[in-house]
Amino acid sequence: MATDDLTADAAARRGWPRPFRPRIGARLGYLLHAGLATNRLYARVAAWLERRPRAYAAFTTVERVTKQELFGCRMCGQCALPATGYTCPMTCPKQLRNGPCGGVSASGGCEVHPELPCVWVVAYERSEQAGHGADLDLLQRPVDQRLRDQSSWVNYWQGRDEDLWTAADAEGARPLLHRELGLHPVGGVR
Amino acid sequence: MTLRGAFEAGRFAVTAEIGPPRGADAEAITRKADLLRGWVDAANVTDNQGAHVRMSSFAGSLLAMRAGVEPVMQLTCRDRNRIALQSDLLAAGALGIPNVLLLTGDHPRFGDHPDAAPVFDLDSTQLVWAARSLRDGGTLASGREIGARPDWLVGAVENPFAPPRRFRARRLAKKVAAGAEFVQTQYVFDVDVFTTWLAELRDLGVTERCRVLAGVGPIRSLRVLEFLRHGVPGIHVPDQVVRRLRGVPADRVAAEGVTMCVETIQQLAELPGVAGVHLMAFGYERGVPEILERAGIAPRPAPRPAPRPALTGSAPGAVTTEGLGHAG
Repeated sequence: MATDDLTADAAARRGWPRPFRPRIGARLGYLLHAGLATNRLYARVAAWLERRPRAYAAFTTVERVTKQELFGCRMCGQCALPATGYTCPMTCPKQLRNGPCGGVSASGGCEVHPELPCVWVVAYERSEQAGHGADLDLLQRPVDQRLRDQSSWVNYWQGRDEDLWTAADAEGARPLLHRELGLHPVGGVR
Repeated sequence: MTLRGAFEAGRFAVTAEIGPPRGADAEAITRKADLLRGWVDAANVTDNQGAHVRMSSFAGSLLAMRAGVEPVMQLTCRDRNRIALQSDLLAAGALGIPNVLLLTGDHPRFGDHPDAAPVFDLDSTQLVWAARSLRDGGTLASGREIGARPDWLVGAVENPFAPPRRFRARRLAKKVAAGAEFVQTQYVFDVDVFTTWLAELRDLGVTERCRVLAGVGPIRSLRVLEFLRHGVPGIHVPDQVVRRLRGVPADRVAAEGVTMCVETIQQLAELPGVAGVHLMAFGYERGVPEILERAGIAPRPAPRPAPRPALTGSAPGAVTTEGLGHAG
């Protein structure tokens, strides 16, 4: 890897978001996900990690390094990869979670970084090719900014990711907007 | 002559655009409103469009209302987090602004403050969702209940021409599922591509739930043509349009651009599922009546009398490009 690439990677991690093309195919992503799918063992491991700050920090570092290398992960703590063809929407300069903005160039380039492909153009292609095209129709709820730098794997195993998105026609899936994180809105409960 | 009224009556709707001034000049809004009054159902008041600092869309909307033009208050996710966005939506409701248009917004990188922090706490779909939750559910994004509910119409934008094109109708379907009641599109210079997108919308059942206003505007100089082709992300100008404008003598380009705009409106009006047009004529607001008249679109019912003689807009030949942005 050239030094320029390293610099760009470092900038992608620390600075404002830049589009990142995933280093593994979408199908492999779905396979890996199957290996990480929630089960009772993982749920217990997650609960154990949350009681031990140093173990949690070490575990989160492993997650960060892995997902940064593969997907340009920015540690939002609420992973959308399974619904985006394993293309991280948080690397979009506008951090859009529901699809591309209107500024994509005719060749599919990002509006802000025209030399890089739009995250959502890549997500669309990968999802379609992997037979998961319909995932992009899911309505993604707003990011919970409190979860940044947390382990999304732990959050997922603890069942906190279940409300990240909802089907567009799921009228029964109220409340549509806020997520049930077991974290009450300030002032919302007396 | 309200936008809601036009939609309910099934009348071909017309919206235009009022870009607030770079300065504390209330007259600048009034002057543009004077040119549009009676010809449009409503006018968008842009929110620091192109990430250039202007008077706020909220103040501009109030000034437009005072001048007798119904505003569509634009609100972008670029500069405000979800607290400020919802606060502004409530303010718009309290002061009777009848329409809001919710968009992602241009990135600050391209504005006059490229050193500013991009916010993007919500995306446009989530903002539409939040707006409908406020209005119909009486709750904030947090779930907390609000008092009196606002009563504006909720609009969104879409760009049928930007990649991934096969996803653009589905992206709008998401916004409509989240609560968008009308949509304005990016400039339509390629009616064929637009027609394909519209057919996809109809297949998804979107046109039954959401009024589609097709974006149009005259290209009045070769300089603007080049700017639209290369300076604004996401605008698609097909080759036949370029050939046609370049094929006329220099002094005829402006007239040819206006004629093309008229023809485009006429073509779009024939398409099933098009509820109206959104006419973007930056720096050429004085030409809006002529364009609409030539396209066979009558003035709006019961226009209010103008309180003062209409002033001319910017000088002929002056080109305003700063107001241009993309439909995000």
